[in-house]
Order: sequence, then C-alpha cells, then structure tokens
Amino acid sequence: MTRKSYYNQKIKRAAQLLFYKRHMKPGIKGWELKNKLGSDYPKILEVLDDHLEKLDLQIKTVFEGETPTEKPTLEQLNKARFFVTLRGGVPSTDAKMMGWRIDDIAGLAASISFIISKKGKTRREELSDFLRTKLPGWRVDMNLNRYIKAGYLAEDENGQMYLDWRTRAEVNEKELVDLLLK
Amino acid sequence: MSQTEKKGNMERIQRVIELCKSVDTKGLDPFAVNVDDIIETLKTCFPTCESPEELSLDAEAIQHLASVIQNQGNWVKHRSTSLYTDPFLLQEKILSIPKDELAERFMRVWNPVVESEQLTIPSFTEALRYWQELVPMSDRWQNDAPMQVESGETTREELIKLNILAEKTFFDHLDTFWQELKQKVGDNEKILYWDFVGADTYEQTIERAYMTSFLVTYGYATLQLIPLEEEIFIIPFKTQKSDLADKRMVSVPISVSHQEWTKWKEENQQ
Repeated sequence: MTRKSYYNQKIKRAAQLLFYKRHMKPGIKGWELKNKLGSDYPKILEVLDDHLEKLDLQIKTVFEGETPTEKPTLEQLNKARFFVTLRGGVPSTDAKMMGWRIDDIAGLAASISFIISKKGKTRREELSDFLRTKLPGWRVDMNLNRYIKAGYLAEDENGQMYLDWRTRAEVNEKELVDLLLK
Repeated sequence: MSQTEKKGNMERIQRVIELCKSVDTKGLDPFAVNVDDIIETLKTCFPTCESPEELSLDAEAIQHLASVIQNQGNWVKHRSTSLYTDPFLLQEKILSIPKDELAERFMRVWNPVVESEQLTIPSFTEALRYWQELVPMSDRWQNDAPMQVESGETTREELIKLNILAEKTFFDHLDTFWQELKQKVGDNEKILYWDFVGADTYEQTIERAYMTSFLVTYGYATLQLIPLEEEIFIIPFKTQKSDLADKRMVSVPISVSHQEWTKWKEENQQ
C-alpha cells in the first residue's frame, strides 16, 4: 500500500468516526482515535480538517479542563474530545430549519453570556430572573431545561449553573462577548 | 481547658466550615472570606482537638479553606484573561439589545456540531443475524398457569402481626407523647430538652428526639433557646396550634450524639 492510499484510508475512517454518533454524545475521544487510527491521528485530523474546510466544516477539539495556551501534548489530545462543527456562523434564516425559535436562541445567547459574566457559574434562580426580563416566565424554565438537556448548560445539586460541553464545542465565548459589547 | 471552652472551639470550626461551604454553594465572592482570620481561629482551636472526630473536623475546615483559596485564585485568573468583562456592563448590554439582534449576533459565533445517524448495511446485517438467533418471547417467558389460592378472611390482629397495619397510627403515638410531655412539665412552664428526650438507651433517646421534633413542627410544643447558657427548653402548648404555617418557621438543629447522651446519663445518675 502506498503512503498516499494509506493516508486516504485513514482519513475516510477518521471522517466516519467523527461524523457518526456512537455514544450519547457526538464526537470521539482522542484515545479512541488513537486506538482506531494509530498514534499519528493528530496528523490525519489535520489533513481531514483541510478537506472539511472546503465544505465550511471544521474539526473542533474540546480539551478536558482548560484549553492549553501552547501546542497541546499528545496526552492532552488523547484526553480531549473531537467534533465536526460548522466553520462559519449559521445564517439567521437557517435557525428555523434547525428547530430553534429566535426566542430560544436569544435566551441561549443571554444565558451563556450571563454565566460568562459571572465567572463561569451562577445560581439558577438568578439566571431565571435575568431571562424573565425579556421572556415569559413559563418559557424560561422550559428553555433552561432544554439547554441543559442539549448539553449547553449544566446544573449541579446546589442549583449552580455552568457552561457544559456543547457550549465549549460550538460557541466561541470570547467572540460572543466582543460582539455583545460592540 | 473546660468542656464549655472546648465546645465553643468546635462550634467555631463548624462555623468556618459553613462559611467556606457557602462560597462554593451560593457562589459568593471568595474574597468575602478573611483567610488570615480563619487561619488564626483554626490555629487557636487546633491544640484543643483531641478525639478523632475533633481532628477530622479541623481537617475538614482546612480542606474547605483550601477550596476558598482555590476560588480566589480562579477569580484572579479569570480577571486577568481576555474573557473578563465587567458583569454589570455585559448584563446591561444584553438587556439593551433587542431579542432578534441578540440571536443574530450569537449565530455569528455559533458553530453547531455536525453529526449523522444512519443505518449501514453491515450493521443491518448484524441486526438481522441477531434477530434470527433471538429466542421467541413465548420460550423466554413461559406462561405458567396462575397459582390457585384459597380465599379466606384475615383479622386486624393478624395484619398487625404481619406488619401490614400499625397497632397505633403515627398521630396516636404523637398524641400520647404530647400527654407525656404535659405530664412531665406539670405545674412548671417548661422542661429541659435533655430531661425529656433522654432515656435509658441511646436508641430510645433518638426515637424520643425524633418524636419531639414532630411535636414542635406540628404545633404541640415549642422550643426556647437560651444561647448564653447553652440550654434548650421544651414548652408544651395546652392545645395544638394550627396557625404556625402563617408564621415564619425556623429550623433548629439539635445534636443528639452518643457522646452527649452518655454525658447526660452520667450527670443524671449523679
């Protein structure tokens, strides 16, 4: 097998592993990719990412804990989770096709930025009160539960709310804050 | 060191734990906790810790204090990152932007995960093979003929014996207990908590403390706390008070530990 066909096969396999949901959460862990593709999987993902760019898609890496400021080590990559996400933003006209009402997205945007402004955690009642300023009360609770179920927000046993895995995978927090303050 | 001083120290450690916990659970500002003061308090209390329970309480306080310091560290770290924004400013901005505009801005930085769920021929073949090998339900769950049982009658005594019915309802018990409290108080207005709750065995004491808590909750009696003398009295009401739900209720945690029971028993025997 030539080097080129070897990599072609690995790239196809990587695309299957990344696109198809195999567990409760989409995406795949680094160590799983290492088992399926070999230890040079970061290189394979880089090539696949170049291919996906043409389709306006990208491979997003969500690290366990904080994102490393320098080039991540293989150990950090093995523990990270990899997803395929859209590369550019979503046109607002497409929101309906995704099953989201404009109110739901605005509520999600407000919730995420509110939690960011509160240093990453806030009490559920505080967030509900904030959302109630613009959304009807009955919708606020329903929406918060929906965001939690989808993995955007998490709630612990003390009623504290945090940003969950899907926000880290899908939302550029820094850009969101910049856009809101503009 | 006297027992009272020691008890006071343990209460101080307990208060430190509660304060540190509240930073985590209620999301309070971690800098509201004066770490130096707490370390000083723990330093003073530590030499009085002797039993394993006291030492573990001290260790627990240190652990919670470490968590507060970690929160302070995170707070400083967050302030120094580019993500830090004045919360008030950000909240004002969110409130001033119309909903549509907010959603539109969010969608510019939102890159939803792309995922696919699709049946493939290999998985379909595997599923078919599984189906072929699957044992029919009729074989897995054999339909046994229902068991024939002779019908008959049972008495209330038999049901009590089988623990299906209680001999007395809970409220009968509570009423008896209330009468006992009133009898023990007699002409006095009140009785010391431990003098009423304390019994020959620790198990009985726990049961009496449990029943007493219901007497207070359901308005048969009330508690009088004298913090300076560290005394708790129970005052029975002549009639049950039903208007308590309209008033502000306060929970009073009372420790009924084995150690306290032993101490009470020794004092009682003297």
